[in-house]
Amino acid sequence: MKKYLKEIGGGFYSLVLGMRVTLAQFFKPTVTVHYPHESLKMTPRFRGHIELVRDPKTGRAICFACKVCEKACPSDCILVEGVKKEGEKRKSVTEFKLDFTKCSLCGSCVEACKSNAIQFSKAYNLASTSKEDFIMDLFQKLESEQPAAGQATAAPPPPEQPKSEVP
Amino acid sequence: MSLSELLRLLLYLLGVMAFVGLNAAYLVLAERKGAGRFQRRPGPTEVGYAGWLQPIADGVKLLSKQLIVPPGADATLFRLAPLLVMIPAMMSLAVIPFSETLVGRNINVGLVFVFAFGAINVMAVMLSGWASRNKYAIISAARVVSQDVAYEIPMLLVVITLLMATGTMNLHEIVQQQAGWFWHWNLFRLDVNPLMPVTFIIFFTCMLAETNRAPFDMAEAESELVAGAFTEYAGMGFGVFFMAEYANIVVGCAMATVLFLGGWQSPFGVGSGVIWFLLKMYAVVFTVIWVRWTFPRTQFYNLLNLSWKILIPLSLFTLILTAVMMKVLRA
Repeated sequence: MKKYLKEIGGGFYSLVLGMRVTLAQFFKPTVTVHYPHESLKMTPRFRGHIELVRDPKTGRAICFACKVCEKACPSDCILVEGVKKEGEKRKSVTEFKLDFTKCSLCGSCVEACKSNAIQFSKAYNLASTSKEDFIMDLFQKLESEQPAAGQATAAPPPPEQPKSEVP
Repeated sequence: MSLSELLRLLLYLLGVMAFVGLNAAYLVLAERKGAGRFQRRPGPTEVGYAGWLQPIADGVKLLSKQLIVPPGADATLFRLAPLLVMIPAMMSLAVIPFSETLVGRNINVGLVFVFAFGAINVMAVMLSGWASRNKYAIISAARVVSQDVAYEIPMLLVVITLLMATGTMNLHEIVQQQAGWFWHWNLFRLDVNPLMPVTFIIFFTCMLAETNRAPFDMAEAESELVAGAFTEYAGMGFGVFFMAEYANIVVGCAMATVLFLGGWQSPFGVGSGVIWFLLKMYAVVFTVIWVRWTFPRTQFYNLLNLSWKILIPLSLFTLILTAVMMKVLRA
């Protein structure tokens, strides 16, 4: 009899404790991120699709179209073209096609690049209804982000992001 | 029947239907918002300002869906079952006194009336399971019957205990007896029975079980029986079951308020009115939501053990204790 009553009392007490825990949570602020209206900042180690890195001194792409990344890519989704401009020692990239439908985000291209000319982007809102949106020209993307080519030489813009930490 | 009488009838009918409909709709929202807050989420926020139009969007969605009667099902009973859940809940509201004057029918057997109509709920859920021709629905229907029968007993024992204290089945008079400060409420009438708060907890537990609410929601049991007795219902047929669930919660909480918490009486002796009734009722409703989002569903044999091994002996004990105290101390 004593055990029976003790069990009822103990059980009821544990129920009340549980109720107190949830009520305490009820009055705390919510922690939801209202995703389409607001989004979280991506962590520095996030590995999105690749993008070209701008040289802070010249304001142009570091990439000189050596095509090592093209060879390193196991999915064969990178295509690089470049020309040698007059009066310059190095080649300049003119086309950097990434077929993101085939890319497996392995990062071999970033590892292969000796001059740190490509990095992982932080973009992740990539949903689209057409396949063509995923065959991107990264050079053109870099150019369109550029305010103006001549302006950059006068006042080099600070690097947008810290260099990606690729070993 | 005079014209004013007829008008009163019509107005009351309209009032009850609006009350039940709005409560069902907005208690769903309150439930979802409450569920969110208990889990540190905001709940629905997209439709209307802070999600206030969500129930209307849900209603439109349910209404636009086809009502499907599964082949081989008993079509008449299948269509009748949602009505049989909804109607008793509305009927019960006819005798519940919202305030001194605001009551549909002030009848002498109000207490029995509410519990009689409350019992139809069991049969209706059983019918819906039976008529669906679906194994999950039948299992659930069988569970509902054994659960509701088990919990009907302690509930009625508690009500008899209370009845001995009040000496009347008229809900209006029961509330009037509790006038004055809050220690006049039946919940605190320790002179009749020192275990009165315990009887209230038994009543509340049985009310949760009777309305098939978590942690006793064996009728629906989404995670094990698809949607229990309502598996085969589509569109508004399904919607009506949920409206009825909330209507039953409102009736149950209103009864808890009337029987234990002093109905429309103010806790400070002055300023009694319908506002106090609604405040107390929604406080109990909030507790119902709070309980649901705190405790997981019980196992079925534990559910029956709770009733047969704990609630029934306890309520029998309080019944005998009350009888003895009234005979010995009052005589």
